[in-house]
Amino acid sequence: MFKQITAAEAAAMIAPHSRLAIGGFLAVGAPEGLIDAIVAAGTKDLHIIVIASDWEDRGIGKLVVNHQVKSAQVSHLGTNREIQAQMNSGEVAIELVPQGTLMERVRAYGAGLGGILTPTGIGTVVEEDKQIISIEGRDFILEPAIPSDFALVRAWKADKCGNLIFRKTARNSNPIMAMAGRITIAEVDEIVECGEIDPEHVVTPGVFVNYIVVREEV
Amino acid sequence: MDKRAMIGARIAKELKDGDYVNLGIGLPTEAVNHIPEGVHVTFQSENGIMGTGPKPAEGMEDEDMINAGGGYITALKGASFFDSALSFAIIRGGHVDVTVLGALQVDQHGNLANWIIPGKLVPGMGGAMDLVTGAKKVIVAMEHLDKKGNSKVLKQCTLPLTAKGLVSLIVTDMAVIEVTPQGLLLREVTEGYTVEDVVRATEAELVIPSHLLDKN
Repeated sequence: MFKQITAAEAAAMIAPHSRLAIGGFLAVGAPEGLIDAIVAAGTKDLHIIVIASDWEDRGIGKLVVNHQVKSAQVSHLGTNREIQAQMNSGEVAIELVPQGTLMERVRAYGAGLGGILTPTGIGTVVEEDKQIISIEGRDFILEPAIPSDFALVRAWKADKCGNLIFRKTARNSNPIMAMAGRITIAEVDEIVECGEIDPEHVVTPGVFVNYIVVREEV
Repeated sequence: MDKRAMIGARIAKELKDGDYVNLGIGLPTEAVNHIPEGVHVTFQSENGIMGTGPKPAEGMEDEDMINAGGGYITALKGASFFDSALSFAIIRGGHVDVTVLGALQVDQHGNLANWIIPGKLVPGMGGAMDLVTGAKKVIVAMEHLDKKGNSKVLKQCTLPLTAKGLVSLIVTDMAVIEVTPQGLLLREVTEGYTVEDVVRATEAELVIPSHLLDKN
């Protein structure tokens, strides 16, 4: 069962060199309160697993601007000039991963799998130095699961049993990241009573959630 | 009609009633404004919605409702929201009928390059590699020449590929070109251009059907 904590308490759990799987797509559905708390804590040398590097002033872009990111597995950098500059200077090591592959590699870790086989990237630089496995005549790339220490996700509501629901396109990678953290911290608008979220509507079952932070009004 | 709108209108003609469609960021989204009457298509945005509706009225934007380009959207009746893994299961699993993507280069083998200019621009592939790999039909929407006047339709892409041999159709401001096992088949020449104009603007070899040659 989860424990309710503050964003600052959550940030204090995260040590330098931690691997963070962070929800959001172009900062929509990003756990901004948790990110702000990590910026305030100043924790260095973080490894970030995220769909996109967002903007300099929104989402994980804030961690990049504050020079807290050492490396990242990410599918898109196009909206964040700072991370491109830090990549070019060698400050940040980037592994670019096709978005669908990134999601399945994270999901695989959460699901206890060693990796996945995907056709995405065949015939491109993505397949370089990777094992190609042929199944029924079609080539697939063996892509290993992506481990993470913490998953930081943004949900709309939690109930007191830890079940999460999300809002519209702010769902995006959040349910996947939530599965994959050895410790999962969810930032939510509110915590309602158990039973208030219809079991049919639960997206992320509470079993995945270790800590919940209630988002402060901005 | 300007160049981009023209390309969008031509792409819209490729969409069939009942199609599930994913439009890439930028030029491809022009197609939305030109869907023929009586043709009902459902648009996916890979950040997690099937049934994307038009831009909301000013003041009605919802910060949790964006498309893959970050623009505000609405959801049509019958829309669904889902997570990113499921969204890419739809894409990679072959459930999207048509995807339309922009390109830096495309070549006569159906190869596409649209995610990196090494040393200059590294936006990343985002969902493009999965889209090209998984969609049943891949249409490239782009201007025929780059800003320096160089052909973007090549014998062989020189930039790192997004996917190998998976492009079906190329729609530009000058022509419509189909990728076939025999090479690039010139299907249409845009009004105002001649076959010779297109040949000159195309580095790749073009197969030109006789009915187009006769017109000149």
